[in-house]
Amino acid sequence: MQVTQLILNGLMSGTILAVPAIGLTAIFAVLRFTNFALASHMTIGAFAGFLANVWLAWPVVPSLLAAFVVAGLVGVLSDEFILKPFRAAGFITTAIGSIALTIALENCVRLLFGNELRGYDLPIRRDWLVGGLRVSPQQLENLAIAVAAMTLLFLFLFFTRSGRAMRAFADNPMLASIKGINADMVARLVSFVAMGLAGLGGMLIGLDTTIDPLVGFKSILSIFAAAVVGGLGSLPGAVVGALLVGVGEELSLLILSPAYRSAIGFLAILVVLTLRPRGILGARAY
Amino acid sequence: MEHYLVAIAVTAGIYALMALGMNVIWGMAGLINLGLVGFFAVGAYASGLITLKLGAPIVVGVAAGTLLAAVVGVLVALITVHLRGDYLAIVTLGFAESLRIVMSNELWIANGTDGLSGIPGPFRAEAGPHLFNLLYLGIVVAAVVVLFFLVDRLVNSPFGRVLRAIRDDEEIARFAGKNVVLFKVKAFAFGTAALGLAGALYGHFTSYIAPDLFAPLLTLYVKLSLLTGGLGNSKGAVLGAVLVVFFLESTRFLAPLIPGLSAVQAAAVRELAVSVALLVILRFYAKGLLPERIEAPPFTAAAAAPAASHI
Repeated sequence: MQVTQLILNGLMSGTILAVPAIGLTAIFAVLRFTNFALASHMTIGAFAGFLANVWLAWPVVPSLLAAFVVAGLVGVLSDEFILKPFRAAGFITTAIGSIALTIALENCVRLLFGNELRGYDLPIRRDWLVGGLRVSPQQLENLAIAVAAMTLLFLFLFFTRSGRAMRAFADNPMLASIKGINADMVARLVSFVAMGLAGLGGMLIGLDTTIDPLVGFKSILSIFAAAVVGGLGSLPGAVVGALLVGVGEELSLLILSPAYRSAIGFLAILVVLTLRPRGILGARAY
Repeated sequence: MEHYLVAIAVTAGIYALMALGMNVIWGMAGLINLGLVGFFAVGAYASGLITLKLGAPIVVGVAAGTLLAAVVGVLVALITVHLRGDYLAIVTLGFAESLRIVMSNELWIANGTDGLSGIPGPFRAEAGPHLFNLLYLGIVVAAVVVLFFLVDRLVNSPFGRVLRAIRDDEEIARFAGKNVVLFKVKAFAFGTAALGLAGALYGHFTSYIAPDLFAPLLTLYVKLSLLTGGLGNSKGAVLGAVLVVFFLESTRFLAPLIPGLSAVQAAAVRELAVSVALLVILRFYAKGLLPERIEAPPFTAAAAAPAASHI
């Protein structure tokens, strides 16, 4: 019974983890670099949602939209003015630049909000007991929002012109630009959507617990694990990877203390890179 | 005040050791290490535990810390060396964070978050605090000088040339018959050994280490040192470390002077200053104060061209 409960919890936390993991893997697929600044954009989204939800007293769903839009806009600006010039200088410069960027942005949030833990303004609801399994209505709502966001993303990628342009560019940048797809516009679009998803994910994680400026950095290992396990650059892979990592982290509670949750993500990265570096659904890893 | 200045100089020396180590990994071999602080921690914890719990001499502890950091470096490098560089970035970052989690939670290794205190320093009791700091400064400076000449030898050796070739074009190095993987792993091991040495020396100087000290920010400080001085250049690494420690210490005094800031905000302003400085240098002054200089090959292109046409 306990195992079933843990698997259920893992599937729910994994679904939420999938949202920022898709952002990470989308940037990797289109712009071909690992963006460590994802962590601070999660924090920015979480705090933008906090402002909307607690200071402006907006309900949860519009606040989540605010988290998406604010983090997405910061993502476009930071990519355009900070990370884009680094990409020309090679991947080490880009990786270090994105780490420096994440610490800079995280400290901007710390300067404004301090280090204390904050919670969202949520109606207090009793947990539901279904067939001996405990589920909170908030968790179910988060799950539904995460699933809706991912569905919208896949619809966007497959049925709109911009979405198709993004996929074409990820597939073959040279061919895409010959066909007249503007590389700069694609970069801005993917930065907006991916960092928006990061911000949305940051707030969804915060809805479950509390937020502070480290909310993004604390989950970054799990998110990287989700993307690497599923195959860096594969969007469906990120979802599969996130579910596996979520369930793995919950099941680890059977034998390890909760403090080791994110170390489980690292373990998953090591196992996958040793046995199957391209991940479950990835194309290649070299 | 003099006490404080000597302590800062020791810190600068320890940063210089790390910058020299990173120079081999990043500047020469073109490999990334975002978890530098993890290898620093391995050296500090190994040496601290061996001297404290086993009562081994400090020299043995420092040697063991250096060696263990190199061994861990080899393992980390082996997992990702045949993959895209991004994977090494993820694995090194994950390694440092996971190590911090383990050291914070496993009380039986080194008291968890309380940290390890009472790590012995050479002649700490006999010399008194003042003389001890000066003595230790001498030890650290000696270590920097030795490592400096080692790295300098490495830069101009055939080994160093192969590393630069791999950094600039891996395919050509492979085509020339070089075992690229072996060279990369060796370079990574040499660099992480220097990081471990720096960590061990740090622990014996401050006598106290705790997981909180090994936060990712330290990784940025060392990258900043290396970039400021000039990547790929040993003199630049040492110069950069001294400048960065001076910059960090001055922000310690300047940030509280801004009116209306709480302690947390002052700390945030400091970290902001460091990360923005890194971004600006990375963007506009990536060559640093002392750019890498490579001696011209002993033949010119004009002389080489006819020779090639005979083949």
